[in-house]
Amino acid sequence: MKQWEVVIGIETHVQLSTQSKIFSGSSTAFGAEPNVQANAVDIALPGVLPVLNKGAVDCAIRFGLAVEAEVAPKSVFARKNYFYPDLPKGYQISQYELPVVVGGKVNITLGQGDTATEKTINLTRAHLEEDAGKSLHEDFHGKTGIDLNRAGTPLLEIVTEPDMRSSAEAVAYAKALHALVRWIGICDGNMQEGSFRCDANVSVRPLGQKEFGTRREIKNLNSFRFMQQAIDYEVQWQIATIEDGGRIEQATVLFDPDTGETRAMRSKEDAHDYRYFPDPDLLPLIIDRDWVERTRSAMPELPAAKKQRFMADYNLSAYDATTLTSSLEIADYYEAAVAVAGNAAAKPCANWVMVDLAARLNKDGKELADSPVSAAQLGGLVARIADNTISNNIAKKVFEALWNGEGRSADEIIEKQGLKQITDTGAIEALIDGVLAANEAMVAEFRAGKEKAFNALVGQAMKATKGKANPQQVNELLRKKLG
Amino acid sequence: MSLTLEQVRRVAHLARIEISDAEAQSTLGHLNGIFTLIEEMQAVDTQGIEPMAHAQDLAQRLRADAVTEQNRRDAFQAVAPETEAGLYLVPKVIE
Repeated sequence: MKQWEVVIGIETHVQLSTQSKIFSGSSTAFGAEPNVQANAVDIALPGVLPVLNKGAVDCAIRFGLAVEAEVAPKSVFARKNYFYPDLPKGYQISQYELPVVVGGKVNITLGQGDTATEKTINLTRAHLEEDAGKSLHEDFHGKTGIDLNRAGTPLLEIVTEPDMRSSAEAVAYAKALHALVRWIGICDGNMQEGSFRCDANVSVRPLGQKEFGTRREIKNLNSFRFMQQAIDYEVQWQIATIEDGGRIEQATVLFDPDTGETRAMRSKEDAHDYRYFPDPDLLPLIIDRDWVERTRSAMPELPAAKKQRFMADYNLSAYDATTLTSSLEIADYYEAAVAVAGNAAAKPCANWVMVDLAARLNKDGKELADSPVSAAQLGGLVARIADNTISNNIAKKVFEALWNGEGRSADEIIEKQGLKQITDTGAIEALIDGVLAANEAMVAEFRAGKEKAFNALVGQAMKATKGKANPQQVNELLRKKLG
Repeated sequence: MSLTLEQVRRVAHLARIEISDAEAQSTLGHLNGIFTLIEEMQAVDTQGIEPMAHAQDLAQRLRADAVTEQNRRDAFQAVAPETEAGLYLVPKVIE
């Protein structure tokens, strides 16, 4: 049995979060009535000229800086010619020989915990281009309906080197890229709405062979799960085809989520020859050092740097730091909570954000941005655990009360609902005396050597304090009295 | 370098231009004439000269990212051959 090596490269179309289109002043808002956001430039009326959107270029520069790529001082727009009804000009304005971003890299983590490994995926380039419109193939009396609202929406196409060796690596890369473009605020990352679409170039070769096998390109993967399924299917299909004596023909394929299979869309025979040439309607895009440096100074701290800082400043494990830097929202939330609770409570803050808050959000199907408990409120709650005002158990009650809007802060709820931990020894002793008097049988059992009876007495005592006493303190006092 | 008749037909197909055999022949002659001109230009020594992407040595002007357009769908669709539910209708295309 031959050993096969899988080779994957990924192209991602990232829809940039601009207000207006890349070459016109039409809105890019999603979900509008068909064709109400398509102006003369977008529908390609004769005589119109494209004017480049500075906001789209800003996004490209931010991306270039985030992946440590070269931001090209000069890049050129080219026409990519093909005919399709949702491309009214007959060409797509893209970049070909001189893209705006050259090189760069994205680091991915594979596996979790102690067995986690890191890998660098190198980028070839990233270029600016316009999106096409949408074809609706539902039946309009045997015709196709065209909506050009999306035509001219700015895209950044990000292309990797063929660096990935499994579907797991491909998905890890796609997830890392997805998190990064959202982090630096250039894309909303909404995959259902098509804001982040991946094409995977997949080939196989006998292990040890230098030359790449013939690749097939799986188009338009709009979920991480589909990406995994599509690549896994494609790989086993290619291996089976070759082992059965067949040959792989270069082709574009589509993944059908219903059957879990990929099928060829067009073969090399009728592959497009795009006849690229520099667009005479657009001059070269010049980006000077000043613009790049201004952008650099406005960049947020990037995930990798933030993760290192979380580990150093807050003494968090790599796992915790990774989880808390999985998005800018969660990282900001965490830091805002720690700012209130204090650095000494950084670890409990991490637990509350990753465990309790995450579980509660999950239960209500809410996103962090919609959390009824703010970071400041959660920080205030953790602070009261840290200074022994309340126990962890009571804290869960206070958290629920904050979630339900029963008070503006943990302090207010603790005060209003009388949840303050009883630390006064005298008060606890009085309660314990009552418990001992009411449970003579248990006391006798304990004295007869049954340790279990002691635990039952602790339980009774905690119940008498309505959970407001420190369990350890109750334990000690009880032992003293029985001793 | 000169083109073949087959290449002319392929380019015509890519450009969705229908040409007769006679037109293909005469187009071949025209295009080869252009190639001759290009060959003459290629004889010029351009070593060390950066290719220009545009005839004018200027930089692209940029516009601020702002929505400046109104909805003019009705005016545009008034001259479209066929529309329905706000969509332009075209002969069915399934790839």
